[in-house]
Order: sequence, then C-alpha cells, then structure tokens
Amino acid sequence: MTVAPLAVAARWRPRLATRSRSGRAFLLLCYAATAIGILSLVVLLADTAIKGAPQLSWEFLTSYPSRFAARSGVLAAAVGTLYLALIVIVVSFPLGIATAIYLEEYAKPGLLNRIVQTNIGNLAGVPSIIYGMLGLAVFVRALSLQRSLLAGGLTIAVLVLPIVIINAQEAIRAVPSSLRHASLALGATRWETVWHHVLPAALPGVLTGTILALSRAIGEAAPIILISSIAFIAFLPDGLLDSFTILPIQIFIWVSKPQEAFHAIAASAILVLLALLLTLNAIAIFVRDRSRRSAQW
Amino acid sequence: MVIAPDVRRGRHTPQVTIPVPQLVASERPAEQPTTLEQVFRIEELSTWYGATQALRGLTLDIPRNRVTAIIGPSGCGKSTLIRCLNRMNDLIPSFRQEGRILYHGDDIRGPGSDAVALRRHIGMVFQKPNPFPKSIFDNVAFGPRVNGFSGDLRMLVETALRRAALWDEVKDKLGSSGLALSGGQQQRLCIARALAVEPDVLLMDEPCSALDPIATYRIEELITDLAREYSIVIVTHNMQQASRVSDFTTFLLSGEERIGELVEFGATRDLFTTPKDERTEAYITGRFG
Repeated sequence: MTVAPLAVAARWRPRLATRSRSGRAFLLLCYAATAIGILSLVVLLADTAIKGAPQLSWEFLTSYPSRFAARSGVLAAAVGTLYLALIVIVVSFPLGIATAIYLEEYAKPGLLNRIVQTNIGNLAGVPSIIYGMLGLAVFVRALSLQRSLLAGGLTIAVLVLPIVIINAQEAIRAVPSSLRHASLALGATRWETVWHHVLPAALPGVLTGTILALSRAIGEAAPIILISSIAFIAFLPDGLLDSFTILPIQIFIWVSKPQEAFHAIAASAILVLLALLLTLNAIAIFVRDRSRRSAQW
Repeated sequence: MVIAPDVRRGRHTPQVTIPVPQLVASERPAEQPTTLEQVFRIEELSTWYGATQALRGLTLDIPRNRVTAIIGPSGCGKSTLIRCLNRMNDLIPSFRQEGRILYHGDDIRGPGSDAVALRRHIGMVFQKPNPFPKSIFDNVAFGPRVNGFSGDLRMLVETALRRAALWDEVKDKLGSSGLALSGGQQQRLCIARALAVEPDVLLMDEPCSALDPIATYRIEELITDLAREYSIVIVTHNMQQASRVSDFTTFLLSGEERIGELVEFGATRDLFTTPKDERTEAYITGRFG
C-alpha cells in the first residue's frame, strides 16, 4: 500500500511573523475600543461627581425644590422615582412573565405568533416619547387618570414591557425541554409543569430582564415630560392619583436654568439618581442570586 | 419491613432483599404474547411528523406484567412508538396519528380520554437522566403531590426509592440535589420518581444509553426485579440488553422510504434463537444496523 507523499516544503509559506503581528494588532484594537468606552464613562462620572458632590447633604436629600439653588432638594423627585419604579415592577413583571409564558409554552407556532413576536421586538425599539404620547392619550385622557403617579407609572410599565417579555422568553426557552417532559410524564398538567419547574428554572434570567427594565424605567425622562405637570412639586405624592415628579425631570428642569448654581445641584441630583439605580439593581441581583441557589443545579 | 403501598394490586412486596436477576431463560417453552392479558393493543398505528411519516401500520399486543423490548436500527421509529403509548408525541404540534392504541381496552386518544390522567398510570424513563433541579426527596414527591396523594408522603418516597434500589445510597441525603448524584443513580432516581405515582406501565426509552456498563447492569437488574409487577416497555438499540431483560421483543425496521414498520414480534427467546423473518435474523446476527 502506498501512502500519498508529504507535501513539498517549498509549497508552504507559513508567514508566521506577519500572522502573529496582525494578531497583536487586533488585540490592540480591542484594547483601544474597550478603553474608549471606559474612559468616557469615567470622565463623565468624575465630572458629575466633582460638580455634584459638594452639594450632597442630608438637607439636599430631604428638601423640596426651591427658587434658590442653595435651599433646593430632591426629596419629591427621589420619592417620586421610587414610587414610579414600584408601580413599574408591580405592573410589568407579572404582565411580562405571563405574556412570555403564553408565547413560549402555549402559543402554537404560526403566522399569528410570528406577527406578535415581531411586534414585541419592534416595540422594544420605539422611541420613548411615543410611549409618552400613548400614555397621555390613554392613561391621562381616556382613562382620566390625570397627570398622576399612576398614569406615569403605567406609561413606563408599558414602555419596559417588551424588554421584560423578551428577556423572560429567552430565559424560558433556555429551560431544557427534558425538564418539561419529566414533569408531564408524571401526569402533571402544563400549568403545573410551568409553575413548579419552568418558572423556577427561568427565574434568574427573568430577573436579569427586570434589572435591565428597571434601569431603563428609572432613567426615562421623555415620556414623563408629557405626562407629569413639570410644575413645581413641593410635596410628596399622597396616593396613586396625586401629581408627581421624578429625578430625571428635576435634573432636566435644573439644567435648563441659566444660573450656574442650579447646574451644580443638577449634578448632585444625577448622583442621587445613580445611587438609587444601583441600590434597586443590587436588590434585584440579590434576589436573582438567591433564586439561583434555591434551584439546586 | 416496609410494606409497599400497593393495595390496588392487593399484594405486599418485601423490599429488603434484592433477588438475583433471572437473566437466563428457563427450560419451559416461551410464553406467547397472544396467550397473555394485554396492557396495550396497538391497531394499525401510523404516525407523521409534519409531512414525514414515521411509522406505518403497526399492529401488536403488549402483554401485561411482562417486559417488552422494542429493537431496531436508528431511525426506525422505536422512540416514536414508545412515545405514542403515553401521548408524549402530542406535545409536538406537527404530530399526527392514525390507527388506535387501546390501554386496558380504552382508546387513549378517544373521546373523553385525557393525556394527563393517562400519564399518571404510564410512567416514563428517558434516555438521558433528567432529574428536577431539586432535592432527591422533592424529585420523588413531585408526582404524588400534583396527583393529590394524601397518605404518608415520606413512606411513599422511601418505598419508591427502595423499589428503584436507590434508598440505601441516598437515605442520608434526601435533601441534597438530585443532580449531585452519579449518572446511574440519577437514572434510578428517575425510575423511583416514575414509580412514586404508582403507575401500571413503565416506559423506558433507551434508559441505559448514557450510562456506563456497571450502572447499566444495575438498571437491568432493576428492570428484572420490577418485571412481574409492572408492564414494562423498553426501547433499546442494544440487542444483548433486549435478550437479557425482556420477555417479548418487537423488531422494527425502516426501509427505503425511512418509514418504520413492524417486522417481527414474539417471545424474546424465539425471536433471538429462531427468527421467522430473515431481516430479523440479519439484524440480530449483526449483519446490519
């Protein structure tokens, strides 16, 4: 038996030096890209911190806005943001998960399902001001909730709903079907299978989506500009139907004033907003990690 | 002494000693499927996934309280057939079935039949061990819980684990994850889980294909132990396994069109020693497949 002869050495040009050079060049490019992102973030944060930190005080956190920058505070806006976040979670979390369960576990694949799916994807990309107009038309006017906390909360809940749905769907899809089969084969119903096995296994992923949604919800100003009455809010919302303001709006108002002092407290308010965001996310991450541990993978 | 909660069949099973598996057929002539009571009667079964036909015109009776093996080369529809028996195929939207499957005389897809009710009586063990990511106890207790079991759950779990020959290995760690067990233990946990709802039939879809030889041997031993109390249907592509554990064997084959058909069905001993069809002989002697 004859073996094919080995290739003649002259036919190979490995060009090792060039190849490893281009490898290094690519690595450098990646470093640069990462550095640009991180650097701009650091500069932005540092700038805000330098401007905003001096005004941060207990008074700043517990005072209402005022005509005088020195006496102004973020109490109404911070509390408004917290309430808003609560409404968003309470509304969008169950609605989003229920929708995701329907689409993943029950809906038959077909044209209708594809249309719904595409639309949810598109909705996630609709500019938030459009949601503000929807909120204004539906919640403020049609349902006559007025310019209330509830109207604002519902608007933002609708805004983040696609994010919650898409993430929950991905989490549910990632649950191995062998788990479903095991449960169904024991005589469990579809619902029992979803409730006892699919949802617990998908929960960490679902919560990741909620973290994303919450971050988005807290930072949104545009839709709320249409819905809240941007006026001077020097009180805490008393109930769901009270008027309200939120941190991004407060920041927007202060930044648009001509006085330098207001720009400084706007920076302080940004720091408060960031702290609030990090706190809420920390809570969500804590819950997620606990649910990960309770499922004994 | 643990008494199996087996009042339905009116008999007690001592759980302490594990009898030596009867791997060797006796001298008596083999039982014939036709002379036994059937658990399933399959009539002219044909199935499709979308436009692709998977099985054509299968007719056979599966005897009660015996082990029936389904053998055949890959793609011959073994898994499709076993998944018809507890209606797991119904979960696939494009699945279509013609013909009937009678379970104790009732059409399992007839009017008034319910897949959920059916599956309680027909347990299933899958190819890859698939315990729930929960504790060993909860793995076994889930079935009884959803099916409204109202007796002593701890006792039921213990009995199921004993029957699956797993109790001694896990009795001190019932709270730890089912996924922390070895592959063979996981598969026995899945068998215990299936037994915990007190089924009548146990379907096993290549239960040993993901296991090492020792774990495989233990599962086979277990099948032999369970054989006289449950009707067991086992899909296997291991012919030695079929000859070791089963009383009856079904040989499926798909021809040119890749549609599975029944070639031969009979007592395992007869089928392996004196096959009636030359294709069976060719397959069991390893000439193809």
